[in-house]
Amino acid sequence: MHHFKKLISPYLFVLFLFTLLPMLLIVIYAITISKNEVLTFTITFENFQRFFRDSIFISVLLQSFKLGLITTAICLFIGYPVAYAISLLKEKTQTYLILLITIPTWINLLIRTYSWVSILSSKGILNNFLAKFGIGPLNLLYTDFAVIIGMIYSCLPFMILPIHSSLTKMDQSLHEASMDLGANPMITFLKITFPLSLPGVLTGITMVFLPAISTFVIPKILGGAQYTLIGSFIETQFITIGNWNFGSAVSLILAAFILILMSLMNAADRYTNSGDRDEDETRRLKRYAKK
Amino acid sequence: MKKLIELKNLTKEYSGQVVLKGINLDIYENEFVTLLGPSGCGKTTTLRIIGGFLDASDGTVIFDSYNISKIPSYKREINTVFQKYALFPHMNVGDNIAFGLKIKKMPRSLIKQKVADVLDLVGLNGYENRDVTLLSGGQQQRVAIARALVNEPKVLLLDEPLGALDLKLRKGMQLELKRIQKEVGITFIYVTHDQEEALTMSDKIVVMNEGSIQQIGTPMDIYNEPENRFVAKFIGDSNIMEGIMLKDFLVEFDNQQFECVDKGFMEDEEIDVVIRPEDIDILEEGNGKIDGVISSIIFKGVHYEIIVETNNRSYLIHTTDVVEKGRRVSLSFYPEDIHVMSRMESY
Amino acid sequence: MRKSKHIPSWLMVVLCLLFLYLPIVVMMIFSFNSTKSTSVFTGFSFRWYQTLFEDNDMMRAVYVSVSIAVIATFVSTVLGTLTAIGLSKTKKVMKEFILQINNLSILNPEIVTAISLMLLFSALNIQKGYMTMLLAHISFCTPFVITNVLPKVRQLDANLADAAMDLGATPFQALWKVIIPQIKPGIFAGALLAFTMSFDDFIISYFVTGNGVQNISIIVYNMSKRTNPSINALSTIVVLVILVVLILSRLLPMLNKKKEKRVQ
Repeated sequence: MHHFKKLISPYLFVLFLFTLLPMLLIVIYAITISKNEVLTFTITFENFQRFFRDSIFISVLLQSFKLGLITTAICLFIGYPVAYAISLLKEKTQTYLILLITIPTWINLLIRTYSWVSILSSKGILNNFLAKFGIGPLNLLYTDFAVIIGMIYSCLPFMILPIHSSLTKMDQSLHEASMDLGANPMITFLKITFPLSLPGVLTGITMVFLPAISTFVIPKILGGAQYTLIGSFIETQFITIGNWNFGSAVSLILAAFILILMSLMNAADRYTNSGDRDEDETRRLKRYAKK
Repeated sequence: MKKLIELKNLTKEYSGQVVLKGINLDIYENEFVTLLGPSGCGKTTTLRIIGGFLDASDGTVIFDSYNISKIPSYKREINTVFQKYALFPHMNVGDNIAFGLKIKKMPRSLIKQKVADVLDLVGLNGYENRDVTLLSGGQQQRVAIARALVNEPKVLLLDEPLGALDLKLRKGMQLELKRIQKEVGITFIYVTHDQEEALTMSDKIVVMNEGSIQQIGTPMDIYNEPENRFVAKFIGDSNIMEGIMLKDFLVEFDNQQFECVDKGFMEDEEIDVVIRPEDIDILEEGNGKIDGVISSIIFKGVHYEIIVETNNRSYLIHTTDVVEKGRRVSLSFYPEDIHVMSRMESY
Repeated sequence: MRKSKHIPSWLMVVLCLLFLYLPIVVMMIFSFNSTKSTSVFTGFSFRWYQTLFEDNDMMRAVYVSVSIAVIATFVSTVLGTLTAIGLSKTKKVMKEFILQINNLSILNPEIVTAISLMLLFSALNIQKGYMTMLLAHISFCTPFVITNVLPKVRQLDANLADAAMDLGATPFQALWKVIIPQIKPGIFAGALLAFTMSFDDFIISYFVTGNGVQNISIIVYNMSKRTNPSINALSTIVVLVILVVLILSRLLPMLNKKKEKRVQ
């Protein structure tokens, strides 16, 4: 079947040109500095050092981390019960519900985020509604609250879908076996269902936490200037300040960070050892397509 | 013997289809009962109703004189061995088995002892710390049995547990299960579609078809005295013909009258007759009851499977005698080999 | 698991769906509002749709988003499918290498990918604009197509193509007539995913574009500090298009089945 091997050549070219070479460029920029917009070729780690020396930059990292954690935690808190609730319903119903949950992710992210601007603004619907009860008007826009709502709104489906997937993939006879052996529904959930759903939970956390750390769009639109996250920091370096070297270095730091977290997730997954989740699954679910 | 389970008029309907049509069955202590029938006959449905995984549309399940129809499965003193074992993949062998005992809050030392004992019973000594997902099919099977038995239920339900095993292993496990049942001394309710399996293991067989019970009896009864055409066809090979019961001990089929040992039918009642292939002898032409020609011979190892064409039909015969194709012969059988059954319409 | 009443489950699910759809519904409703307000519905009007269609910048942005999504989907689907098929016959080392890099591009934070591509175009002195956006989209969509098609290819009977060629088909014919029909679901899923990813993209597009070329995401981003109700109109159209595509993709298989039944 040697004929078909040749098929991969065009893509090899694409990979090299559009993935490997660009990454290489980031590395080159990161380890050099520019004088008067000309790239020097002295290798230096000055850019990295600068990042870690200055406490402002560390706080940027921490802020991103914090936002990621909060978003993930809330998505998990809401997402797991919803996923579980869906898994209890009839199969056909489940399919439709999953579809309904997936549809918002097809709508342009900017558009979806933007819609919250009008809802949360001081003359917006929410305040209008609260005014009927004599509350407000609350200053909701450009606050932490708005950013987190925006983040949850865009991330929630990506927490629900993998958890639901792992819940439904579970062998139903395991539940029956557990009840057969005397465990009531609550114990069955705690000892059987939940542990076996952990791979899905892990996938969900991966798909929410990692993008959440590196985001900058949502905080920029819904938040005020108080939000400087790594994502927006990098953007500023490139677009506003024009320090491509420093920006590249920070990008590498972010990429490395993500890589470390991914390996931690993989290790955790191997530890829970329920063979289903693998990298194909993570990628397949990263943007969940309808079946 | 004490009655342990009574199924009274169990009916089950699934989206318009009636899957169980009023099942009435009594099951006693220390019995190995098999529900036998083809796919879709309702045997697994019945089992699941007994186990509490399914609610009957109508009828009651009485266990130990109590109506348990509304009681959920986790409160019933019945345990199940599932078809695909349903072992918890995130627990090792020991924890799987101990699961039910831990729920009952038994002291740890006692649990340890019981787990070891039951592993000994199923022949898996020392397997406590093994990973269940790495075990072979037969081993997983035994762990599933151990996990159920360790809770000392009064009744063990087994849902086609040997289906996934290869033939030799299956035959070995059949004997194992029988041994375990005798040793532990509890009731086993076993579901299978394999009639040989049922005949090997059971004290009592319940033959089912299309949601109703066709016959209940010992393996011998079912095999030798099938009550109708379905049972006769389902169990073992058979020659089945339509006939008329002229009067007690006299039956007519294939335009001939034969002496037989059955009675209790009405005069000239239309009936079905079954004769087992191994009960027919092949004799020289003219020496037997029905004449015919040998049309095919297949060597089956244990015996030859021979087809003899007569005027009215072909007969299937199992014999170790050697014959040649095309020979004109005569068939013979004893009166007690003729079994008369009530006529079954449309089967 | 008894699937009977489950009122608390339904409650939770409904609340979740309300949360997810509220902003969308609000936007759609107020796109028909006769005033600029997004809190009081004063009257029904197509005014904002009119504004939308008259806004050249917006319409151009729509054109850019749609055309790039369509082209990128097509190219990445073809490229990805052929690559997946080729990969299934590739030796392990090379195959793992490619899949790992694929992995890298999928898991890489979007901003890093965006920056890297920007650096690429700058280093190669390629002027940023429509072409660079298109190329970037193709490069990030293809891995997703591959991950959708590859499992389907793996499931295929390896002998199928051999059987076809044994019967006289050229490799190309074997590919087209035997392999591709079998993996259609994977291809379709991959294409759908590619389209979604391209249409939805912001960060990468933002960094690789130039020359005033904007897609929907970029133009909304630039406008977001002011309320512009024509964005609501745009969003409503986008949602409706998605719904239409959805209904079509559900109906078509059913229509096909009906055709098959009639043939029988």
